[in-house]
Amino acid sequence: MNASHSTPISALVVRRGTRTSRVGVVVGLMLLLAIIGAPWWAERSSQRLLAEFLYVLALAQMWNLLAGYGGLLSVGQQGYIGIGGYCLVVLGLEFGVNPFLIVPLAGVVTALVAIPTAAALFRLRGAYFAVGTWVVAEVFRLLVANTASVGGGSGTSITRTVMGIPAWWRESTTLWIALALGAGTTLAVYLLLRSRHGLALTAVRDSEPAAESLGISVSRVKWFVYIASAAGCGMVGALIFITKLRISPEAAFSMDWSAAMFFAVIIGGIGTIEGPIIGTLVYFLLREFLSDYGSWYLIVLGSIAVAFMLWIPCGMWGLVASRFDLHFFPVQRRVGNLPVEEQTR
Amino acid sequence: MTLLEARGVTAFYGDFQALYGIDLKVEEGETVAVIGSNGAGKSSFLRTLTGLQSSAPESIRFHGEPIGGLPAHRIVALGLAMVPEGRRLFPSLTVEENLLVGAYSKRPGPWNLERLYAMFPILGERRNNPGTALSGGQQQMVAIGRALMSNPRLLLCDEISLGLAPVIIKDIYDALPGIKAEGTSVLVVEQDVGQAMKVADRLYCFQEGRVSLEGRPGELGREQISLAYFGV
Repeated sequence: MNASHSTPISALVVRRGTRTSRVGVVVGLMLLLAIIGAPWWAERSSQRLLAEFLYVLALAQMWNLLAGYGGLLSVGQQGYIGIGGYCLVVLGLEFGVNPFLIVPLAGVVTALVAIPTAAALFRLRGAYFAVGTWVVAEVFRLLVANTASVGGGSGTSITRTVMGIPAWWRESTTLWIALALGAGTTLAVYLLLRSRHGLALTAVRDSEPAAESLGISVSRVKWFVYIASAAGCGMVGALIFITKLRISPEAAFSMDWSAAMFFAVIIGGIGTIEGPIIGTLVYFLLREFLSDYGSWYLIVLGSIAVAFMLWIPCGMWGLVASRFDLHFFPVQRRVGNLPVEEQTR
Repeated sequence: MTLLEARGVTAFYGDFQALYGIDLKVEEGETVAVIGSNGAGKSSFLRTLTGLQSSAPESIRFHGEPIGGLPAHRIVALGLAMVPEGRRLFPSLTVEENLLVGAYSKRPGPWNLERLYAMFPILGERRNNPGTALSGGQQQMVAIGRALMSNPRLLLCDEISLGLAPVIIKDIYDALPGIKAEGTSVLVVEQDVGQAMKVADRLYCFQEGRVSLEGRPGELGREQISLAYFGV
């Protein structure tokens, strides 16, 4: 601190990278290559588990963006997952579009649905907003359940959409798209937060009036976050039901999707990019270990989440980061004197 | 040239009327002070100027343009920035990030991190600390710096001496001439009449939502101000 006092400003460098983050880049790239190659080395069941992990991670990142960075506590993201899933029915069964092409299209469709929805929801604040998002998701579910042409309440099979695609290609492409969504959402949130819009987003979460009076359009920031998150959930929704091959309103608009997102983000650490990754890992580990215990599994999951909210609100990553000053995805600007090596870890 | 012109500005909170037709002008390069006791309408007036409180479009002109009722972020983009009462730093952000948020509107001008750190060296030293870990006076410097980062033509300061030790208040007020020297006009709202008299080229006193006195500090008598301030 004292050294920087006497240093002219021009000799200072601003960096956001840390030594950990550079290790993170290398490890991340290796992981990425390993997952891309998984169809050649992994068993089919492991590939499916991996794909599921990646799309739950994408969901967790989307909810983290909404609630952790945008301060928008939504409990209705399953509404967009469901709409994404039903894009398969409409675009795939009715129009014969390739199911994998439907994934990005589902993102566009859900974003378009989210625009008028946001206009209605943003009239509400705090707890009312949360309840409103849930109501909206239920409205979507009921609308779909009452539409006979998409299968009504009992749902429909979507096997026909993937017919003609060899099994190996289907499994592999599913994994690659899941990777694109899991890694893509993580990277997108990271890049967003490192931009000046990321600062604006954090400022809005901290104090809306102060952010507004500094020239940030609070409503525009919130719109962007809400619609981006809806699009992300929509794409994941389409992918989920490509793997399941059968869709029903109960499954597509299930609150369980939101529960998985909350759990991963809360356990891992809300408002951090690393948190959802850790949280999703813990979620899958618990699921593997507790799957034989039936409903006890859900009770344990819920209790852990409540315990974290009460005693460790910063989550597992929050604990690690504050104890060891580790940042794999550093979004804060760090200023140091040259040379910087001594100051970065 | 007149930078800011308010004519007949009114403000309501539900049924309660806080301002009854305020007329006020700030010329380019001027430092103007608004004084008045608690509840005189000073903060309501600033909230109206910055778009946080609604008003009639024509009642406020900035550089000749009507800005009444515009959303706050558009007013900032035109060159009007506020240092809010109570500082309102962003607790998740460091000192430097707080300052960078101020630059969000990307207006060109003389103010940047380097200039601010030269004006308030302590902020340069503590740039990586969370903004809210600083002392009250240092936080006030961050709040002023954050507003200056938007390169405003007019800087509005809401009670910047509130809750600070006299020696710190002096430090902060000593920075105002430097800000003015960069061509930024300043409007300070103060309960501390002495401080306001020292920095202001002109002074307005508010009482119960109206302008009770207007003039140059040297030309106003002590009793005149006391009457305008307290109403007795």
